[in-house]
Amino acid sequence: MLKIKNLDVQIADKDVIHGLDLDVKAGEVHVVMGLNGTGKSTLLKAIAGSYETKSKGIMEYFDKDLLSLSANERATEGIFMSFQNPIEIPGVNTIYFLRTALNEQRISRGEKSLSSVDFMKRVQEKMNFLEIDKSILQRSLNVGFSGGEKKKSEILQMMILEPRLILLDEIDSGLDIDALKSVAKGINSLRGKQTSFIIITHYNRLLEYVPPDFVHILDHGKIVKSGNASLAKELEEKGYEDVLSST
Amino acid sequence: MSVEVDNIIKQEYKLGFETDIQIDQAPLGLNRDIITFISEKKSEPQWMLEWRLKAYEKWLKMDEPAWAHVHYPPINYQNISYFSAPKKNIASLDEVDPQILDTYRRLGIPIEEQKILAGVAVDAVFDSVSVKTTFSETLLELGIIFCSISEAIKDYPELVQKYLASVVPMGDNYFACLNSAVFTDGTFAYIPKNVTCPMELSTYFRINALNSGQFERTLIIADEGSYVSYNEGCSAPIRDENQLHAAVVELITLKDAEIKYSTIQNWYPGDSEGKGGIYNFVTKRGKCLGEHSKISWTQVETGAAITWKYPSCILLGDNSRGEFYSVAITSLAQQADTGSKMIHLGKNTSSTIISKGISAMKGSNAYRGLVKIRPQAANARNFTQCDSLLIGSDCAAHTYPYIDVKNPSAQVEHEATTSKISDEQLFYAQARGISEEQAISLIVNGFCKDVLNQLPMEFAVEAKALLSLTLEGSVG
Repeated sequence: MLKIKNLDVQIADKDVIHGLDLDVKAGEVHVVMGLNGTGKSTLLKAIAGSYETKSKGIMEYFDKDLLSLSANERATEGIFMSFQNPIEIPGVNTIYFLRTALNEQRISRGEKSLSSVDFMKRVQEKMNFLEIDKSILQRSLNVGFSGGEKKKSEILQMMILEPRLILLDEIDSGLDIDALKSVAKGINSLRGKQTSFIIITHYNRLLEYVPPDFVHILDHGKIVKSGNASLAKELEEKGYEDVLSST
Repeated sequence: MSVEVDNIIKQEYKLGFETDIQIDQAPLGLNRDIITFISEKKSEPQWMLEWRLKAYEKWLKMDEPAWAHVHYPPINYQNISYFSAPKKNIASLDEVDPQILDTYRRLGIPIEEQKILAGVAVDAVFDSVSVKTTFSETLLELGIIFCSISEAIKDYPELVQKYLASVVPMGDNYFACLNSAVFTDGTFAYIPKNVTCPMELSTYFRINALNSGQFERTLIIADEGSYVSYNEGCSAPIRDENQLHAAVVELITLKDAEIKYSTIQNWYPGDSEGKGGIYNFVTKRGKCLGEHSKISWTQVETGAAITWKYPSCILLGDNSRGEFYSVAITSLAQQADTGSKMIHLGKNTSSTIISKGISAMKGSNAYRGLVKIRPQAANARNFTQCDSLLIGSDCAAHTYPYIDVKNPSAQVEHEATTSKISDEQLFYAQARGISEEQAISLIVNGFCKDVLNQLPMEFAVEAKALLSLTLEGSVG
């Protein structure tokens, strides 16, 4: 699904990622861990197509050259990124934003836009599933949301947009245990043969609910170690220094 | 950020076309003879001519104001033609120059039969003479007078003499005084006691003839217990020379009356270097004469090279209320110095100012507001919110709030914010599949929501479209 080869990424003329390789197949869940400032968020932003990032190398998604596509074109192709700090847009209702996003994607793909009734049905269903308070729909996007509400809103957007490649940047940070469960429930509901994930996290606790297929350690802009779920446990027990020095 | 969209905003001004019709134009310059010429052309009564001449004498002794945060080359007032009119005299729509009608159609002015169904009465000002007034008869049945100011001067001289310059005195300011001397046409409306005007009244202004400054004069009077909503929309053809526009609008509400005045201003803004474009130096003021009366200004300003405009309310009647809701966008090299004045004179008077300034490209946007509470205005209240949104890094926003409180029981609040459309906001929206342009439009509409909500429904739809159009490609 996603093939990254020899990727270099710059942010503000600084080299953040160099020579990174990553191969994500359909249905796989990849977890990227690493110390702060090692380039984890940059990697996701580069895949999603942020203005900030300048990328060089090969990045193929279903045989499409991702680097030639704008962020919204990538989203339309089925790439979704949840933000570590979801951005506030005052005066724009969450529900309006969501509907605009969904219909823009549908129209770009040559599909019909969803009617209000069908759209609301879909939203209701997902909200019940995630146990999200309905009041967020009418509130300005992320404005005055609690940390938990912001993250749940990201998961709601993810579920409604039905992407194929999902990038989650610290979706679990700052969540209480109930919110974490609900977020994990949302993630697992999309897991399947067609959907892949790249998840950034600092903690193993999310992975107890969302068991990964692969765990990678990013250091100085490179994947320095890959393994399975046990690597995350090992990290939690020993810390980065020990784990990395043992390689 | 993507650069390609930068080109879109530079595309031709969408309402910029010029109509080729014969005009009856005064020679360039301004003197007593020209004013007499204007007055004669319009077959005005003697008192009107004398009034104009008095204004002219006053104007000669005044200086052009220089305090506004705008810059432009000196205006040569002797190089302007102060009168131009479509040549034919018009009795019915059939006689109207087909080209004019075509212009109206392209502007979407609802003058034809099918538009009547939309429930809009239009006093269309083409250059300086009203071509056609629709709906007047229907309105007259309710006692509502809706006609050109020229007609009103002839047909309702008592009302005009009583209220003209009662809100904006002849010598109020340089541009208002010039207008008093040379105004060529405009709108007059009178709503009689306890009548709620059943439809939105509208006027389209359109500047057309080469080098003709345009000096509209509008006077709206809402008698006791009446209500009227008035919509004003503007656009102008593309042109290289700067064109001076100095309108005066006066609103008067008597006891328990309400006037809602909404404006969409979309005049030619000039190019990205600041060349061409309309100079819009306007005096708009309302007077809440009676108790419990209300005047509400809503404006969406997207056009003009320079905007100098402060729709204001004089709150004379006890318990009267003034409102000002404004969205002002400056893009390209546009400059705006705009805001409001709320003068509290009566007891328990209240006012609200919500101003949203948006600057993009090389635009400069200044909010200038005055809240004045006089000693006799016990328990007056004002709430002012003044927000600026910056797009890109070459634009500017300034805020000049003046507050002058002379009564200790007053409550005055002022809130101001400045924010920027960030790359992060755009990326967030794009990562959800929303294009950059749509994202800007979304963010701007969200920013302006409180003001757009004040516009009459159809006007709001138009305003939203205009906002998107104006800001297309402003991020580069």
